[in-house]
Amino acid sequence: MTSTLKTNAIEPEGATTNLVIGESGQNTVISNNDLRANVLQDAGGNAVFTSNGSGVLSGVNSGLGGAMVLLSTQTASDSASLTFTGLMTSTYGEYIFKFYNINPATDGQQFQFQVNATDGADFNDSAITSTYFVAMANESGTSTSLEYRADGDQAQGTAFQRMTLGVGSAADESCVGELHIFNPSSTTYAKHFTATLNVCNYTSYSTNTFIGGYINDTTAIDDIQFKMASGNFDGKIKMWGVK
Amino acid sequence: MSKVYTDTVTSTEASQDLTLGGSGDNVIVTAGATLKTNTIKDSGGNTIWTSDGSGNLSSVNAALGGNMVLLSTQTASNAASASFISGIDSTYKLYIFKFYDVNPATDDAHFTFQANATDSTSYDETITSATFAAEHTESGEGVAMVAYDTGPDQTQGTAFQVLAKNVGNGGDESGAGELFLFNPSNTTYVKHFYGTMQYYYSSDRSARVFTAGYINTTTAIDDIQFKMSTGNMDAVIKMYGVG
Repeated sequence: MTSTLKTNAIEPEGATTNLVIGESGQNTVISNNDLRANVLQDAGGNAVFTSNGSGVLSGVNSGLGGAMVLLSTQTASDSASLTFTGLMTSTYGEYIFKFYNINPATDGQQFQFQVNATDGADFNDSAITSTYFVAMANESGTSTSLEYRADGDQAQGTAFQRMTLGVGSAADESCVGELHIFNPSSTTYAKHFTATLNVCNYTSYSTNTFIGGYINDTTAIDDIQFKMASGNFDGKIKMWGVK
Repeated sequence: MSKVYTDTVTSTEASQDLTLGGSGDNVIVTAGATLKTNTIKDSGGNTIWTSDGSGNLSSVNAALGGNMVLLSTQTASNAASASFISGIDSTYKLYIFKFYDVNPATDDAHFTFQANATDSTSYDETITSATFAAEHTESGEGVAMVAYDTGPDQTQGTAFQVLAKNVGNGGDESGAGELFLFNPSNTTYVKHFYGTMQYYYSSDRSARVFTAGYINTTTAIDDIQFKMSTGNMDAVIKMYGVG
């Protein structure tokens, strides 16, 4: 037996109460058209997603989306530095920073990073031990090399960690790449990182840099800053969390 | 326009579908109101996602899962090994294993992996591989280099492939990294892999090792095991499928 109720709206009897559709074992079917709602939750009231009504979602349940979650995008425009503050937490076991078209204002400057632990106030007190090597070839084809670079590594140093040789500042020169930081919120282990970048060097070399190291601190790391060795820069940095 | 006030709407009989709207109609949950349900299906009855009512989603439609999907997480706690014996199949062309906080019980042990093909019962596939590493000491004295390492490489060997050698077992010492395994279910080609590990070498140095090779079998690979060369380990290992 079926029956049809025709009306334009159904509301609960009282204000701010629930309108229950269906009973256990019954399916609720939306006929041949769409269901529109800005807030969708499960039966326990846990968020699945919220829309602002213009198609922009927030509060998306972690069960949706891929394993890499875009957390933040920052754009440097003649900026002295870019800082990601408080975004590295125990939510993710790995954070990936991707660099797009990092172009220094001053020719030949190195692109670099340092972190700040939760007990620190500046980007200058986390000891880093690291390795740094490059593969490079010049545009004229007269010079190639694969070499360890002692000018980029650190031995318990607290300086900003270099990730490139000197980046060219010309209009078409830049560097790109990515930095992985593993489990920065650990309070047991030192924090490992790896980075690989490719650079349009100021001396017209393509230089592929490989950096690895650890931040020798068992305090949780929550902040990271990127800047050139000297001068400002343009570029975009995106931060991802890996589930 | 008419409006019905009630707290519950159900179909007339148990287990009978309740239909909202007719063809061409939109069913609208008013802005400011929330739609709560544990299961969303399309009109054909195909599940989009299911919640357990506590915000944990399952059966998420593949189109909502992103291109890199977390398939499995294993936590080794003083364990002899961690094995992934399900989930490696033709669903994905690329499998990524990520390693966090790999800490051996025995100082100087090597972190290793091997594969098991579908026609075999043990982890002893034939591997040809290449390895090189960059190392730098905390003191800044002695080792600061990048070089090929003949120790961990294999020439048609069936041993466990070393991904990181001489890992420190100190309280704050560990390793992290990732391994990419390409198209393991292929039955035409050998199976390629490459990976990089960044770790705390037992003699207080930072080491980043690069490993690449192929599992020289045309039989599908469906199992992967990780372990130390000797002794137990702590570690978190996650397996992802890509596209």
